[in-house]
Amino acid sequence: MKRYYQPEIETASREKILEIQNEKIVRQVRHVWDNVPYYRHLMEEKGVAPEDIRSVEDIHKLPFLSKADLREAYPYGLLGTDLKNCVRIQSTSGTTGRRVVAFYTQADIDLWEDCCARAIVAAGGTNEDVVQVCYGYGLFTGGPGLNGGSHKVGCLTLPMSSGNTERQIQFMMDLGSTILCCTPSYAAYIGESLAERGFKPEDNKLKAGIFGAEPWTEEMRREIEKSLGIRAYDIYGLTETSGPGVAFECEEQQGMHINEDHFYVEVIDPETGEVLPEGSRGELVFTSLDKEAFPLLRYRTRDICVLSRKPCSCGRTHIRMSKPMGRSDDMLIIRGVNVFPSQIETVLLNEGYTPNYQIMLDRERHNDTFDIYVEVSPDQFSDLMSQIQRMEKSLEAALRTMLGIGPKVHLVAPKTITRSEGKAVRVVDRRKLHD
Amino acid sequence: MAITQLSMFLNNQPGQLISAVGAISGAGANIRAMSIAEANDFGILRTIVSEPDRIYGLLKDQFLIARNQVLAARMDDRSGALHAILTVLNEANVNIEYMYAFTGTGPEEAYVVFRVNDLESAEQMLNAAGIATLTDQSLKL
Repeated sequence: MKRYYQPEIETASREKILEIQNEKIVRQVRHVWDNVPYYRHLMEEKGVAPEDIRSVEDIHKLPFLSKADLREAYPYGLLGTDLKNCVRIQSTSGTTGRRVVAFYTQADIDLWEDCCARAIVAAGGTNEDVVQVCYGYGLFTGGPGLNGGSHKVGCLTLPMSSGNTERQIQFMMDLGSTILCCTPSYAAYIGESLAERGFKPEDNKLKAGIFGAEPWTEEMRREIEKSLGIRAYDIYGLTETSGPGVAFECEEQQGMHINEDHFYVEVIDPETGEVLPEGSRGELVFTSLDKEAFPLLRYRTRDICVLSRKPCSCGRTHIRMSKPMGRSDDMLIIRGVNVFPSQIETVLLNEGYTPNYQIMLDRERHNDTFDIYVEVSPDQFSDLMSQIQRMEKSLEAALRTMLGIGPKVHLVAPKTITRSEGKAVRVVDRRKLHD
Repeated sequence: MAITQLSMFLNNQPGQLISAVGAISGAGANIRAMSIAEANDFGILRTIVSEPDRIYGLLKDQFLIARNQVLAARMDDRSGALHAILTVLNEANVNIEYMYAFTGTGPEEAYVVFRVNDLESAEQMLNAAGIATLTDQSLKL
C-alpha cells in the first residue's frame, strides 16, 4: 500500500525541506512586495525590504498579519495577482465584519488539494477507496478541499455535503464508503445514528475518518473509533492559509504534520510577538510559501499550539503540531463555526437589547449546545407572553443570520446574569468539563 | 375606564415569586387578583393590586414590570354568567388574549379579567348588554 502521496517531499531530509523553503520564501516575499501594496506598506513601516529576507531564518523580521488586517483589506487588499488569474474564492462563515474571502489561482487550488491528498493517503487512502465527504460544500473550505484531495488520490468521491443523516447512512451502507470526512461531532453523531438503527461497527466498510474544523479530544477520538470501527485522524487548516490540509495526522496519531514545503510555521508569544523555541506553547503563525492569489505572510492564527520536530515513525519528516489547545483571542468554535462574542453583542444592540448576555456552551451526545441568556429591558417587556415569545424567535433568527449557526435564546430578567467582581461572565464553556 | 394591571417578568426559578409578592406586600398593597403565565425560562406574574400606580413607581427599578389596562367584567356567581359575557365579546368579534377571575367583596360577586385586542369597544359592548365593568375607582382597592 502506498504510504505517501508525495514521498519525495513528505519524507525529504530536514536540509532538503529548508532548501525548498529558503528558495520559496525569497521568491514569495518579492511576489508580495511587488503585488500586495497593503503588505508592502507594513514592511516599509517596519523598515524591511525584500533583500532582507534571504532565508526562512529572516522571516521573523517580517510584520505580522492579523484578522484585523484581513478585515481592513477586505475584499481585494491582500490579493496577490490579477483577478483574471483567479479561479475561485472560499470564505469563512461569520459576518460581513469578520468574513474572510480567500482567492485562489488554479495553482493554489492544486497545492491545496495536494495537501488534502497527503492527508487522505496518510489515513490509508488509495484509488480503491470510497471517500464520503460530508463537510459542507460551498464557501466553506471543508467540502471542496477534501473533495479535491480525494480526486487527486483517485478515490471514488461521494460529495455528500453536510446534514441529512438518513441519506448519509444510506449512501455509506449502499456504496460501501471506506473513508469518512466530516467534523468530529458529526462523525460521532453518525456513529450513534448507526447504532440506533441497529448497525454494529463491523456492518459498515469504513476504515478511517478524517475529521477537523473544530476542537476535539482524545476521548472523543476513541469513542468515534469504537462506534464506527475506524481509525480517526485529525486535520487542520484555515481559510486564510487555503483550508484543511495545512497539517494532518499520520498513523501515529501523535500530532499533525505541517506541510512545510507550502507553509512555514512559527510559534510566538501572543503578548510580545517573540518567536518561541520548538516545544513551547504559543500562538501558531503561518507563512504561505508559494500561494499566488492570497499569499499571506506571518498570519497569526490565534490558535495556541506546541510544535515538535521529534522524528515520526511514519517516515514523514515534516514538523508536527499539537491539537490547538485554545485561542489567544475570544473566538469560540461552535459546531465547527467560528463565533466571536462581539458579533452577538452587535445583534443584541441592533435588536434593541442591552448587551447583557451570557453564552452557555455544553456538549450533548457529542454535539455542541449553544444557548444565549439575554436580559430583557423594561421597554421590551409587556404583559403578553406571545409578544415576548415573538421577540425571542426574532432574536434567534437575527443571531442565526449573523453567526451562521442557530443559538437557543433564553430571555431573563435584568440583573440575573452572573457577574463576577462586577464584570459579567460572557462565556461559560462547559464542553471542556467532559473532555 | 378599565382597570390597571401590573405584570412582572420573573425568571423560572425558585425564589422569584416570593420576592415579587414580598415586594408588593412590603409596599403595603393588597393583591386582589393574580395569574401566572409560564414559558420555559420565565413566567409573567399578572396582578391586580391596590394603588397600582404607586406600586408601579416603587417596584419599577427593582423588577421588570409593565403597567397596562385590562377589562374587569362583573359576573354573577351562577351557571351561564361567563357564557353570557363571552357571547357579547364573541358577537363583537373581540379577541381574548388571556383571562383570569377573582371574587368581589359582595356576596355572589365575581369578576373576570380580560386582556382583549380592542379594550374600548369591548367595554362599550358589555356595558350596552348590561354587564358592568370595573374602573380603578369603582374597584375601591
